[in-house]
Amino acid sequence: MNLGRVIGTVVATQKYEGLQGKKFLLVQPLDHALRTAGDPLVAVDTVQAGKGELIYFVNSREAALALDPFFVPVDAAIVGIVDDVAPETAQPHPDVFVIEKTGGAL
Amino acid sequence: MKLCRVIGPVVATAKHKSYAGRKLLSVQPVDEQGAATGSSFLAVDDVQAGPGDVVLVMQEGNGIRQLLKMGSQVPIRSLIVGIVDRVTVSA
Repeated sequence: MNLGRVIGTVVATQKYEGLQGKKFLLVQPLDHALRTAGDPLVAVDTVQAGKGELIYFVNSREAALALDPFFVPVDAAIVGIVDDVAPETAQPHPDVFVIEKTGGAL
Repeated sequence: MKLCRVIGPVVATAKHKSYAGRKLLSVQPVDEQGAATGSSFLAVDDVQAGPGDVVLVMQEGNGIRQLLKMGSQVPIRSLIVGIVDRVTVSA
């Protein structure tokens, strides 16, 4: 899943019948530091997100599974409204990554 | 799976029911030497990982649904499935 900011709404009256009554929102994907991460995309809203809100969305088939009926042509769905994102603070454990020097002509 | 470093928790009260009671963490993909590669994303935590931990993240919905045993309508696509103690690379 990814963080995103709702930057607009998308209205489409002519669409696949499984999508009637679904709200489409324009989302700008973000990373944990709220920097833009990729191009804006259209996602179906399942949590009554509003414009400007920080949300998170899920892609691919799991997006359709967030809806009812779930056999719909959707590959991005907003599934949460974010209250808080922890900033990066903790120092990584130094000894997890070990580079083993192999012998011979290096 | 993807090798990632845990950044920290993401709190969301209004969310899809499948996320209720589950911890959501932002994770930064890292390479075999621990350097950041690509942009961070979110994953549900199933192994009590904390900030700074190096973890294994599975990014495939079908496997996750089988693991979480919460039926078929689970819109979760990234799940932390392990905390890494050691990554050894022979240079």
